Amino acid sequence: MKTGRITKWALGLALAGAVALTAGMAQAQLKIAFVYVTHVGDAGWTYQHHLGRMAMEKALGNKIKVTTVGPVKEGADAERVIRKLAASGNKLIFTTSFGFMNPTLKVAKRYKKVTFVHVSGYKRSKNVSTVFARLYEGRYLTGMVAGMMTKSNVLGYIGAFPIPEVIRGINAFTLGARAVNPKVQVRVIWVSSWFNPGKERQASETLIAQGADVITHHTDSTAAVQAAQARKKFAIGYHSDMSKYGKTAHLTAATHIWGSYYTKVAKAVLAGGWKAGDTWGGLKDGMVALAPFGPSVPAKVQAMVKKRQAEIRAGTFHPFQGPVKDQSGKVVVPAGKTMADGPMLGMKYYVEGVVGKLPKK
Amino acid sequence: MRIKLEPRVAASKWMSYGSPAIAAVLTIFFGAILFASLGRDPVQGLYIFFIEPLTGLYELGELGLKATPLAIIAIGLAVGFRANVWNIGAEGQLVMGAICGGGVALAFHGQGGWWVLPLMIIAGAAGGMAWGAIPALLRTRFNANEILVSLMLTYAAVQILGWLVHGPWINPEGQNFPETRTFEEWALLPELIEGTRLNVSAIFALVVVFAGWIFMTRSFAGFKVNVVGQALDAAKYAGFSQNKVVWVSFLIGGGAAGLAGLIEVTGPIDQLNATFAPGYGFAAIIVAFLGRLHPVGILFASLLMALTFLGGESLQINMNMPKAVTGVFQGMLLFFVLATDVLIRYRIRVVSRTPAATGEAG
Repeated sequence: MKTGRITKWALGLALAGAVALTAGMAQAQLKIAFVYVTHVGDAGWTYQHHLGRMAMEKALGNKIKVTTVGPVKEGADAERVIRKLAASGNKLIFTTSFGFMNPTLKVAKRYKKVTFVHVSGYKRSKNVSTVFARLYEGRYLTGMVAGMMTKSNVLGYIGAFPIPEVIRGINAFTLGARAVNPKVQVRVIWVSSWFNPGKERQASETLIAQGADVITHHTDSTAAVQAAQARKKFAIGYHSDMSKYGKTAHLTAATHIWGSYYTKVAKAVLAGGWKAGDTWGGLKDGMVALAPFGPSVPAKVQAMVKKRQAEIRAGTFHPFQGPVKDQSGKVVVPAGKTMADGPMLGMKYYVEGVVGKLPKK
Repeated sequence: MRIKLEPRVAASKWMSYGSPAIAAVLTIFFGAILFASLGRDPVQGLYIFFIEPLTGLYELGELGLKATPLAIIAIGLAVGFRANVWNIGAEGQLVMGAICGGGVALAFHGQGGWWVLPLMIIAGAAGGMAWGAIPALLRTRFNANEILVSLMLTYAAVQILGWLVHGPWINPEGQNFPETRTFEEWALLPELIEGTRLNVSAIFALVVVFAGWIFMTRSFAGFKVNVVGQALDAAKYAGFSQNKVVWVSFLIGGGAAGLAGLIEVTGPIDQLNATFAPGYGFAAIIVAFLGRLHPVGILFASLLMALTFLGGESLQINMNMPKAVTGVFQGMLLFFVLATDVLIRYRIRVVSRTPAATGEAG
C-alpha cells in the first residue's frame, strides 16, 4: 500500500497542477464515512443505508471517497470508531443507528469541523444533524393494500419494541386498512428484538394460526415474508423490497430510501453550505417509497393506493387526519384536523382496530 | 513416516515461553497469506492490525479501556475454572452489576455527592455476586448443572435490563427511547489521562490482578480451590468442602463481572440502555484460558484481546476490509495461541512406520 500512498500523492499533485493550470473549480475529494450497526446483508435496515451510499457515490463519482465500518456495537466501541473516522480525515460522517446518538455528539464536540448526521435520534448540535423517515406514510398505504387483500379480515403485525416509532407504524397501517375495509382487525405480537429471524418466524406462524392472512413486521429480517410464502398467505415487507423472499406472498413493502438525502448533504458539504438541523422526510421527499406491487395485487387495488399516494405527496391527505379514535373510542384527532408532529413522535396508544393492549410498563 | 503427539513426562518450561512466539510467527505468516490473497499489502495489513492501534496516547487509552473489564472478569472466572467450576454466565453477572450500580446513580439523581460513586461500585459488585449466587445455590443444593444455569441466567439478566430501560427507568426527557437518563458528573469514573477515555478503572484492574495473584498462589483458600480442581479425591480426603469452593468461585467470578459491568456503564457509556452489553463476559472466558488461568498471564491476554478488537476496527477504517476478514484474522490469532499451548505438555515426534523401527523405539 506504500505504492498506493505514493500514487495517491502523485494523483493529488497532478490534480493540483491541473487545477492551477485551468484555474478550474476542482475541489479536494470529500471523505465520507458510514457507521453501520449490522452487516449489510441483502435486505433490511443497514442494506437500505448501503443502497443510499451507492446512490450517493453514483451521483457524486470521484468527488467523494466513502469508508464504511460495521457492524459496530452500540456500546462503548461506537465512540472510538466514530472518533477514529473523524481523526482519519473524514469530513462527513453518517451514524446509522439510534444507539450511536450519544457517542456521535461526544465526538462532534471535539471535531467541530466535521459534519455529522445521526439517523433516528433527537439530539442535535452545531455540527450534528438528525434525519429520519416518515415511514408511517408508507405504512398507511401498505395498510390499504392489506385491507383490500385480506379475506379473513385479520391482519398480523410483528413489532420489535413498543416505542412510539413502532406504535405509529402499527396505527398508520391499521388506519389505512380500515379506511378501505372497516371490518379489519390488526393483531400485534412483540418479539423484543430488532433482529431475530427465529422469533419473527414463530410470531408469524402464531399470527397466521390466529387467522391473519396478511402479515407485516417492524423488525429487520425477512422471516415474516418467508413464513407467509411457506403458508401461502400474503406479506408486506419492511425496510427493503423483500419480493425475492416471497415470490407470490410479497404484496409490496414500505421502504426507506436514503440516497437522495445523502447526496443532498454531501453536495452541500462539498459546497460548504450545510447547516445542521433535523430532517423528517416522507414520500414527497423521496425518503419513503412503496416497493413494486407483487403479481397478486389487482390493478384496481394498485390504482387506489397510487391515488392516495399522490394525495399524500401533494399534502392533500394525511394518514393521521381526523377523525382518529383510540382503542377506547376517544377521539384523538377531531374531523377536519391533522395530527401535529409532536403527538406523532410521542404516540403511546393504539388506534381503534388494533386488538390487544400495549405492554404495560 | 508419520507425525505423532507424545505426552511429555513433565510440562516443558521452555515451551511455556516458546509457544506464544511460535503462535506469533504462525499468525504473521498465515495473516500475510490472508491479506495477500485479498489483494492487500500484507505488511501494511499487519502494521495496521498490530501497531497502528498503539501509536498514540488516545489509542493506548482505548486499549486500556477495553482490556480493563476483560482482565477483571477473566481473573474472577479463572478462580472457578481452576476448581473446575464452570461459570459461563459472566455476561449476565456483568449486566446485573451494571443494573445495580447504575440503579444507584439513577436513585440519587439530582441529589448526589461524592459518596455515590463508591456506593455504585459496591452495588455493582454485589449485584454480580447475587446473580452468581443463584447457580451456586442450585449447584450445591440440587446439583443443578452450573454451566446451563449460569448461561441461561444471562438471558434473564438481559431481559430484566430491557424491561427496566423500556419501563420504570426510562429517561423522562428521552422521547420514549429505551434508555435511562445519563449519569451526573459525580456518578462517573474520573478520567485517568486527560484527553483519553481511560479512567480510574484501569487501576482497579491492576489491583484485581494483584489480589488475584495473592489469592491464587499465596492463600489457603486459593490452595483449596486448586486442589479441588486438580484432585477432587485428595481434596475430599483433606476435608476441603467442594461446595464451599463452588460458592467462592461464583461469588468471586460474579463480583468481578458485576464490577466490570458497572465500570462499563459509568465509564464510556454513562447511562443504561438495552444494548450496552458488550459481550465481555464471554470474551473473558477466552482471555482466562489465553492467560493460562494466571492473573499476570490474564493481564497480558486481556491486552492482546483488546488489541485484536482495535486492530480489527483499524483494518476496516484504514484499509476498507470487511469485518468478516478482521474476524477471521482475530480467530486465527487466538487459535494459534491456544493451539500451540499443546506443545507445553506434548512433543511432536516423527516416527517411522516400519515395525522394526517400533521395536527400536525407546
